Amino acid sequence: MTIRWRDYKVEGLYDEIMKGAGRPREHARLLTRYLASLDEDELFSIQAAAELSIKEMGITFTVYSQEEGSIDRSWPLDVIPRVMPADEWRRIEAGLKQRVHALNLFINDIYHKQKIIKDGKFPREVLTKSVNFRKECVGVDPPQGVWAHICGSDLVRDSDGTVYVLEDNLRVPSGVSYMLENRQVVKRVFPELFENGGILPVDDYPSQLFDCLAALSPRRAKTPEVVVLTPGIYNSAYFEHSYIAQQMGCELVEGSDLMVSDDDIVYMRTIDGLSRVDVIYRRIDDLFLDPEAFRKDSMLGVPGLVRAWKAGNVALANAPGAGVADDKVVYAYVPDIIRYYLNEEAILPNVPTYLCIDNKSQKHVLKNLAKMVVKPANESGGYGMLVGPVSTKKERDAMARRIKKDPRNFIAQPVITLSTVPSIVGKHVEPRHVDLRPFILSSDQMHVTMGGLTRVAMRKGSLVVNSSQGGGSKDTWIVEGGGA
Amino acid sequence: MLSRVGENLYWLGRYMERAENTGRIINVNGNLLLDLPKGIAPGWQPLIEITGSGDIYRKAYNDFEERNVVRFLVGDNQNPGSIISSLSLARENARTIRDIIPRESWELINELYHYARENVQAGLSKRGRYDYLKRIIRAAQTFVGLSDGAMSADAGHEFLCIGRILERADMTTRIIDVRSASLIPAETSGLLPFENIQWISVLKSLTAYQMYRQHVQARVRRAEALRFLLLDKAFPRSVYRCVVLVDESLQELSRSDGPREAVKRLKKVVKIGDVAKMSESNSALHEFIDQLQIELGQIHNEISRTYFHIDEPMQLQSQSQTSVTA
Repeated sequence: MTIRWRDYKVEGLYDEIMKGAGRPREHARLLTRYLASLDEDELFSIQAAAELSIKEMGITFTVYSQEEGSIDRSWPLDVIPRVMPADEWRRIEAGLKQRVHALNLFINDIYHKQKIIKDGKFPREVLTKSVNFRKECVGVDPPQGVWAHICGSDLVRDSDGTVYVLEDNLRVPSGVSYMLENRQVVKRVFPELFENGGILPVDDYPSQLFDCLAALSPRRAKTPEVVVLTPGIYNSAYFEHSYIAQQMGCELVEGSDLMVSDDDIVYMRTIDGLSRVDVIYRRIDDLFLDPEAFRKDSMLGVPGLVRAWKAGNVALANAPGAGVADDKVVYAYVPDIIRYYLNEEAILPNVPTYLCIDNKSQKHVLKNLAKMVVKPANESGGYGMLVGPVSTKKERDAMARRIKKDPRNFIAQPVITLSTVPSIVGKHVEPRHVDLRPFILSSDQMHVTMGGLTRVAMRKGSLVVNSSQGGGSKDTWIVEGGGA
Repeated sequence: MLSRVGENLYWLGRYMERAENTGRIINVNGNLLLDLPKGIAPGWQPLIEITGSGDIYRKAYNDFEERNVVRFLVGDNQNPGSIISSLSLARENARTIRDIIPRESWELINELYHYARENVQAGLSKRGRYDYLKRIIRAAQTFVGLSDGAMSADAGHEFLCIGRILERADMTTRIIDVRSASLIPAETSGLLPFENIQWISVLKSLTAYQMYRQHVQARVRRAEALRFLLLDKAFPRSVYRCVVLVDESLQELSRSDGPREAVKRLKKVVKIGDVAKMSESNSALHEFIDQLQIELGQIHNEISRTYFHIDEPMQLQSQSQTSVTA
């Protein structure tokens, strides 16, 4: 049986591909017609071919389990892509640039004069209770005044079609390698659509990233030494670290490969001797970066790294302390932050957010727990969350106690019914919820990836898209003109 | 190339070679014991001495029964030199440098490790042992083939070779040492036929018997066997040949003066060794082997100091970029 778009049910949902049963969106005409022309076996053999190439290309992610230690799993990809028209994407792109630009100005201000606090636009107590504020970074001037060079912002579309920013990841966001690899795989299995579909390419990213990092070099050497710093093979994103290093043609280093000399210069240990390092794309969290500056027990970091960074002898991307803006309470202030620094209105809206630190909001949240999503301010990967509509009374009571104990640490948002994309489920094609993580680069210039990584919740009705929690992924097509 | 990557390649070479060599000595010993009368059979203890693991062994076992020794050498996790430990360490080293070694090499090591673990019971049984070890030896040889046939002859390749060859030379000297200690020089014993069998088995442990036959054209006797294993210019496991191979690899690396000096010293020791005297006196032989071991250790230390454990900023890369603003 082939795909029958007439039987594809999207009531109450916003589907990225289908307006309604049998009615594809303008930009997805070509795709839907092509898919409908395949017989069932063809579609499944395409999906199987994609899974095989993923295995052969060794695209994996690591999960850690108590019983088996760390295991490499094949990356889950659903071949039916998510499609967006280029003109809608341009507006999103502008919104992301605006947002990250303002966030960088905010971080720089926070570590210098704190004008935004003095002007009463941002409450001091939010800052004093921030776990990602690093007092060691006060007064530091990173190159170009930029702190968050690589940002991954999560976008969601609600059932009315509005695209919201759900969160900004300014510490060590991951996923971009999967965006690139998904495209490689999908290009192999749908070559016809790429010939005629006006699908814009995504593969500029590694060279843009390299240029972005190279522009931070403290030395004006012809080819600055840029390295990727990984916590090692047991990290869940190790595949990405190694992939990015390879794509940029840089060394992938671990903490023990680097050393800082007494005159605050960073070297890597090579078989040709010590070799100076100019820029470090670090994929290690702040607290593990340098046992001299942060956690003394860190075995992953490099003693003296922060010292070298402060002396201006090495650039760190992202800069330590950038995570101060990667906090779900700070998130709620982003529209104000944009207004304050840029004197503009935010192009992309925030999801309405209740700060539990505010008494009135807290009361509202506690009363409506069953209808809301509650998130701790500083967790990522979907940990420590309460999703009201699928929670038990016991879970809600526990969350209520946690909120009352530490209101600064919690925010709540109404449940967003994420938009859907047709996905292969067993022998059928059914709508599944998705989000989208584009990546924004900032140094001397700004770049936004063309689309980003679409993550999909493969369980029916589920809104949890994290790959560590059973989510899958899709290729994301930004299409020009008539569409794919 | 990062020092860590170089070091991982070096140890990968060593551990794979170690797994292979351990497999070979077990198989050959099993064969030898079938041919010797009970009274003079050396049993299994020499294998523990060859691998230098007497202390760990005695903590876990009270006797040198075949079962125990084989278990210890093949599958004991407590023994860092057991085949399974070696393969596990090889795999850990390979894992972090998956992008550097040929993909097939990684897959081979990974498969071999799983095979060795999953089939360890067969490896411990008298009947299954031979095939189990043969498979491990073959896979280790395939790994060598892949390194030569699918990996560019760059610095990484040289570290892999150096690790392998040093491990090999080390094993050759250990086998000679332990085996001769348990053999009484023929002239005084009157047990000639059995001594010959034992020297044949020494040669076989090093896959040297066939080549010895072709190149030496003499009956297997202590002096000739020693000369072959120490000094033969063409046999890949003779100490001399190993020294030449390590030196060739070092020539391809930058800053290799220190390690090459150490190699030169070893070469000299090998050349001036008095084989005639050693074939008459166990203590002369033992002393000589000791010297070789010390020099091998020195080469390792020099390589490690030069390439792997660098801390002094004075060892700056000579072609470091000119800096304008720093």
